[in-house]
Amino acid sequence: MERISNVTELEAWRENLRAALDPERPVVRVCLGPGCLAQGANKVSLAFQSAIKAKKVEASVQPLIKETGCHGFCSQGPLINLDPFDLFYVKVKPADVEEIVETTLAKGQTVERLLYSDNGSRYRSASEVPFYKMQQKVVLKNVGGIDPLKIEDALMAGAYRSLTKVLTSMTPEEVITTVEAAGLRGRGGAGFLTGRKWRFAVENARKNPGPVYVVGNGDEGDPGAFMDRTLMEGDPHAVLEGMAIGAYALGANQGYIYVRMEYPLAIQHLSIAIEQARALGLLGTNILDTGFNFDVQINRGAGAFVCGEETALIASLEGRVGEPIPRPPYPAEKGLRGRPTIINNVETWANVPLIIEKGADWYAGLGVPHSTGTKIFSLVGKLKNTGMIEVPMGITLGRIVEEIGGGVPGQDRFKAVQTGGPSGGCIPYELKDTPVDYDSLSKVGSIMGSGGMIVMDKRDCVVDVARYFLSFLEEESCGKCLPCRLGLKSMQEFLDKFAKGQGSPQDIDDLHSLARAIMKGSLCALGGTAPNPILTTVKYFKDEYLAHVVEHKCPSGVCRDLITYSINPELCNGCGLCVRNCPQECVSGEKKKPHTIDAGACIRCGQCMDVCPVDAVMVA
Amino acid sequence: MSAKKGKKGKKEKDQDLISFTINGQGVQARDGWTILETARQHGVQIPTLCFHPAVQPMGSCRLCVVEIQQNGRSRVAASCITPVQKDVEVLTHSEEVQNVRRWVLEMLLANCPASRQIRQLAKEHGVTSTRFKVEHPEDACARCGLCTRACDEVVGVRGISLGNRGIFKEVTAPYHQRSTVCIRCGTCLYVCPTGAMEQLFPQVSAP
Repeated sequence: MERISNVTELEAWRENLRAALDPERPVVRVCLGPGCLAQGANKVSLAFQSAIKAKKVEASVQPLIKETGCHGFCSQGPLINLDPFDLFYVKVKPADVEEIVETTLAKGQTVERLLYSDNGSRYRSASEVPFYKMQQKVVLKNVGGIDPLKIEDALMAGAYRSLTKVLTSMTPEEVITTVEAAGLRGRGGAGFLTGRKWRFAVENARKNPGPVYVVGNGDEGDPGAFMDRTLMEGDPHAVLEGMAIGAYALGANQGYIYVRMEYPLAIQHLSIAIEQARALGLLGTNILDTGFNFDVQINRGAGAFVCGEETALIASLEGRVGEPIPRPPYPAEKGLRGRPTIINNVETWANVPLIIEKGADWYAGLGVPHSTGTKIFSLVGKLKNTGMIEVPMGITLGRIVEEIGGGVPGQDRFKAVQTGGPSGGCIPYELKDTPVDYDSLSKVGSIMGSGGMIVMDKRDCVVDVARYFLSFLEEESCGKCLPCRLGLKSMQEFLDKFAKGQGSPQDIDDLHSLARAIMKGSLCALGGTAPNPILTTVKYFKDEYLAHVVEHKCPSGVCRDLITYSINPELCNGCGLCVRNCPQECVSGEKKKPHTIDAGACIRCGQCMDVCPVDAVMVA
Repeated sequence: MSAKKGKKGKKEKDQDLISFTINGQGVQARDGWTILETARQHGVQIPTLCFHPAVQPMGSCRLCVVEIQQNGRSRVAASCITPVQKDVEVLTHSEEVQNVRRWVLEMLLANCPASRQIRQLAKEHGVTSTRFKVEHPEDACARCGLCTRACDEVVGVRGISLGNRGIFKEVTAPYHQRSTVCIRCGTCLYVCPTGAMEQLFPQVSAP
């Protein structure tokens, strides 16, 4: 790759790349997102490569196999999209590849059985599938379309056009004004206005001349969240371009991306993207002959959730123990190496080029006032359609779960949705019309957070859910301040008691009071938001807490000390599946006759219930 | 410095003073002071554990929390690390503040049960028993890090530090070995607010 020396050359290069494309040439986009990879998508890709090598395809239809980032519809993976046929195949196995090559690529016909079908309808194109139809892919527009390891692909899709625009025709002041006018808010969780943060940093840098920095926060650690990962893996250049634009606005020459070590693929893709951008002269000194110098370095987090908190992240970047420090001073005032630093989530950074390209007015038109733009969510839990979605802000929770997520399989309603990861709140079905925007979510006691969305059904117990999130945070607490270090453990003691049917209604109120003390008294946002699952579940599901402590029952049939499994003799057909699956060997009965469970030996694992074909196993 | 200049300097300084209220009482502070410093200057009592004027405040124990009201908004912050701000109203004993203190003290009773000082402090705030599990009856350390900060900032030795994280946090020397750089000056013993260092000292310092 040769260095591109100026903007004209870059545009010419981009045009040449586009002109060299044959619009007739079939393109197979194999999703190599985390979900599809886990389901063997790399083998599908290899099968395509070898099918082509084996010359099973005629030269005239020699297809291009693209290994792309996440397509989003994880529950149907491995996924492939085929152009120019506009076909969308789901659950593709390596064994299906030959048929796809022979039928679709060679003859242009459809392999019907690989199409997505739902409620009796088959969908040929991804754009018709209800899961995608409701979405608005803006930030993710290239994720799943381009090969993230080829900068040429990103350039053809328009990457670095916003950077050239700011470098050639905008002053740093204009860039900040544009981001301010767009109303972009931080995608990492707290939702601080990005433009305001930038302005604050610029003012501090002016008062106190010297080096300044931009940082991309890719330390996504919420259980069940994979938005940032998908973005960094699927379109790393969007993050780099956003950071370069921010660096230009701030006057920074050095950027850092902090990625957790558990995301090796994101680190690899970002590293390759940085190398390629450097080789082309889109990072480095005198970028495109504009006199602007900027480079990016990747720093790997060593596995601490709290390092996603910006002050802890800076400490970790500097090589110190990753513990937060009280704000103010904010990083925009005194950040990395004591210098003004802009830290934004990688998703926030990826929004920036779009704002520059299409203008603040266009961006502010997306979403709702005060929460503009779109948001990426990872939609997981008890849902028909799980995966990664991008929707305009302000869409209601119910629409996300029911229309995009397809609702809970076999049940007419969901029980609750946990937004914002372990630090978020549990929003009940009754509030399904809550718009998903920063302010509405905080009104109901939850947070936007980084965008995890965990859907629960009637077999999820809120006490158990609160225990789960709390045990995660308890392990991740850095232990610097007392309310968080001891408080999370103490709240867990309360919940452990409830799960055993012990305690009193007064204990529930005391737990609420303790949760409030931790929320108010903690040093950083980890402790400050950790009580959210408890505060919201106590608020919306107090009857369930009472059922545990007063009636000693777990209405959802989860808390093991409070439940008993039994078999309904009227439904049981004596098939013996439960007998074969019971790890305790405590189910017995004659063949074709109703079986019984020995409650004394039963460990309440629920295996029998999961395997019973006639739903005869009951829990109470 | 001439008399005239000195007078002008004083006038400038007076203008620099920051006025706000603590529990309704008007107070003035120099720029850069913390709320805790200002409160103590004006005789207002705020309990602390991890604070010592000789070292940098860390805001760990959260006993010094106060409620800060400004423009109809209210927040709770640790007064030892919160700089003074013009025109705010500080409440040192509001319900929200007392709620934090009482819970912190009750949790401390369970987590450093061997500390006489903690029991005394808790008693002063009406907390005499704890409902939480006592796992280590011999433990007296609140992990406030005052000893490690004193060792670093006052003695300049860094013989001890805080190791591990979360509920496993502990005062220790590097690699869990007894510190060979320790000069056995006893500063940590002197500043320790819970008396835990008396037990810990022989474990972290090489003879």
